[in-house]
Amino acid sequence: MSELKSWTQIPIGGYITEPQNSVKNKTGSWRTQRPVIDQDACTRCRICWLYCPEPAILELNKPYVTKSGRKYNLTFEINYDYCKGCGICANECPVKAIKMVPEVVQQ
Amino acid sequence: MGMASGQIKIGIRTIWDIPKEEYFGPGQLTCAGCGPSLAVRHILKAAGPDVIVVNATGCIEVTSTQYPYTAWGVPYIHVAFENAAAVASGIEAAIKALNRKGIANAKAKVIALAGDGGTYDIGMQALSGMLERGHGVLYVLYDNEAYMNTGIQRSGGTPRFAWTTTSPVGSRIRGKVQSKKDIMSIVIAHHIPYAATASIAYPIDLMNKVRKALDALNEGPAFLHVFAPCPPGWRIDDSKTVEIARLAVETGVFPLFEWDHGKFRLNPPSNMHVDKSKRKPLINYLKPQGRFAHLKEEEIKAMEAEVDGYWDYLTRLLKAFG
Amino acid sequence: MTQVIEKERERSVVVGKVGLTTNYAIAHAVKDVDVDVVAAYPITPQTTIIEKLAEYVANGELDAEFIPVESEHSALSAAVGASAAGARVFTATSAQGLELMHEILHIASGLRLPIVMAVPGRALSAPISIHGDYQDLMNVRDTGWVIYIASTAQEAYDTVIEAFRVAEDPRVLLPVIVSYDGFLMSHTTEPVEVYDTKAVREFTPRRHNTRPLLNPERPVTMGALATPDWYYEIKYQAINALRASRGVIDEVDSEFNRRFGRAYGAVEGFMLDDADYILVTYGGAATWNALEAAKEARGRGLRAGVLRIRLFRPFPSNDLVKRLADAKAVAVVDRAIAPGSPVEGPVFKDVYIALREAGVDKPIVSVIHGISQRTMYIRDFYELYYKLRDIASTGNVPRESLYMGLR
Ligand SMILES: Cc1ncc(C[n+]2csc(CCOP(=O)(O)OP(=O)(O)O)c2C)c(N)n1
Ligand code: SF4
Ligand code: SF4
Ligand code: SF4
Ligand SMILES: [Mg+2]
Repeated sequence: MSELKSWTQIPIGGYITEPQNSVKNKTGSWRTQRPVIDQDACTRCRICWLYCPEPAILELNKPYVTKSGRKYNLTFEINYDYCKGCGICANECPVKAIKMVPEVVQQ
Repeated sequence: MGMASGQIKIGIRTIWDIPKEEYFGPGQLTCAGCGPSLAVRHILKAAGPDVIVVNATGCIEVTSTQYPYTAWGVPYIHVAFENAAAVASGIEAAIKALNRKGIANAKAKVIALAGDGGTYDIGMQALSGMLERGHGVLYVLYDNEAYMNTGIQRSGGTPRFAWTTTSPVGSRIRGKVQSKKDIMSIVIAHHIPYAATASIAYPIDLMNKVRKALDALNEGPAFLHVFAPCPPGWRIDDSKTVEIARLAVETGVFPLFEWDHGKFRLNPPSNMHVDKSKRKPLINYLKPQGRFAHLKEEEIKAMEAEVDGYWDYLTRLLKAFG
Repeated sequence: MTQVIEKERERSVVVGKVGLTTNYAIAHAVKDVDVDVVAAYPITPQTTIIEKLAEYVANGELDAEFIPVESEHSALSAAVGASAAGARVFTATSAQGLELMHEILHIASGLRLPIVMAVPGRALSAPISIHGDYQDLMNVRDTGWVIYIASTAQEAYDTVIEAFRVAEDPRVLLPVIVSYDGFLMSHTTEPVEVYDTKAVREFTPRRHNTRPLLNPERPVTMGALATPDWYYEIKYQAINALRASRGVIDEVDSEFNRRFGRAYGAVEGFMLDDADYILVTYGGAATWNALEAAKEARGRGLRAGVLRIRLFRPFPSNDLVKRLADAKAVAVVDRAIAPGSPVEGPVFKDVYIALREAGVDKPIVSVIHGISQRTMYIRDFYELYYKLRDIASTGNVPRESLYMGLR
């Protein structure tokens, strides 16, 4: 949470001058279930990335070799800082490589 | 005026052509699975950074600008609920005047963004004024078919029979009595250069339409009607937002089409749907949605007749302007 | 008192004396300051301003975008958008139009946008009336705008020029209303000295960095949602800016005087030095009806004076107190009504509070007159002076507003 500044310390008119500073809202804490990508099943089709409303799926230039020996230059990873656990990605993945698993409550 | 319009570039052919840059979010406070949030993400990807967004009061506005945080990566202004088109008109006029007088050298295009409430209902007058005056503004209606920000009240864009908190399902009246307003016909009646429907389920189509629309702004206004389901408002599972949007197109409830410089065109997959047998059964769309859970056989039939009626109208448009 | 400096070099900025209605004087000033965007909608008695501006734009005398909006709500909304994009913006309205704008009035000040608007005052429906009073203006006094009330066409012309300077000053950044009598001024012709356009533009230079929206490198979010944690602070900034604008208003008025040879001050007094009985009022009634009555009363030995309120927001309490402190009795003549209030004159309430706050206790009477342009006879004002004399001698101060001119 941001510091509560006085009226003399903030820009006039309620202007927000730092674009996309909403990254400070870690909406991942809302989640009750988390998507988990099976990197071996994933065909790198980009569909989950495209349909995530947040966006909370990272497209990384990270090479990956599947168990069956297939090489990929890209890896898709969930950004759990922002993922709200909606499950759209799992629902849209054409090869069902994403599973929604319940968030475990921290003991 | 037609020169520029004849040479529209289709920028995005495959999913890999979609820009990586993000100009909206993350960290906006929309519900999980929010359709409008996804729509904004797609629209800004297509538009790029040189735009000014004018947002009407509604879900997107309240969830994306909670002080001192903003989800917007482009210049943004919210003024009120009913006036996005008027504010956008003012900005467009200012840019024209300042550029002409050598005071500024701004290239930014203006995008007005409003919900169904802010467009079909309270914002209709300002929208019509903007279209009539011919401001070079892209007006995007994100349609979640009710006033969601204030807790799911019916709007002129809510479909017939749908449950909302102001069209409840009672023993005497069962859901919304009136039909959804045909906003596209109203907009097209202003004879603007470009107007189209689009859906979050068809992002490539949507993004190309955003670009076509922005290209048309030197000739006048453009309008996009973007279908964007809302899980809490429609009583659907958070994961079904895109699926339901796709079903709306596949069942013919929300056809994809363009009004492009006086020509009417159905876009895939809706271009196959003149033939009713190519449409999926309406029930596939209605069944998963809690807002339609109360529908009886005859109400579903009535709804189907409405969809057929609209297709009949579109078919005639196609004949006249195709 | 309107001061006129008769310095030869400075006075050369006057290029002519022309007969103008106050509405045309306003339009002339708007052209002289070179606005970029005009967004407006017709309503009597404002319409001739925007007709004239449309004409200026159509024949190239003013290089601006004229947005013929479909309502006043959109007029001010478009003005807000244009101003946020850094354009110099003007609009004008009256009565029903001002009411329709009401929502956006608060937003324009909250977003700190230097829009200038002319408001020839008019009565509000129902019953519908196109005639003048100040009910419309009084209904918007708490919207956070700087508000001037002019009393001559010349003053209206001068005040629009001052208004742009005040509004755009980085220490202010607030919208400004320039009001005056509907019809009695808006549609009557007076001689107006108009200035050399170059001199006016030098006086109102364009400021840079006032285009928050036009900067894609540093995208700004305007009109954010403030939670209770923040709303109060952001609003208070605007409240404070309005209060603090007084310094800038005075500074601009003095500079205007040096440049153009006129200054008006926040209040204007006529024959106040030894006045026992003072009528406080605003608009044309002050410089015409009240002043004539005061002269007549003086002719008969009554020490009568007039105090005109020119700056209405921020309210010039100290100036008022100073000028009224030695009077025996005061009447505030309002051309608007605050129905159901303890006393029903809206400006009366401000004057009363200003005096009491300063510890000045004297008979003060609220008078309502000129509603929907009910004729305010000089005789009425003259009688008021005698009424004040009686009140001062008997100590019987009416506790309710006096409705003059009512059948
Ligand atoms: C003049 C006015 N009336 C009512 C409201 C309350 N209000 C705020 S948002 C809203 C509904 C917005 O609905 P819609 O445009 O469909 O956007 P959504 O919230 O669904 O995204 C309403 C009624 C308001 N802000 N201003
Ligand atoms: S669950 Fe929803 S929010 Fe999370 S990554 Fe998938 S689509 Fe994005
Ligand atoms: S949708 Fe499925 S297959 Fe495609 S990139 Fe995402 S996880 Fe991989
Ligand atoms: S209520 Fe609906 S539209 Fe509003 S934020 Fe939630 S999902 Fe999005
Ligand atoms: Mg809605």
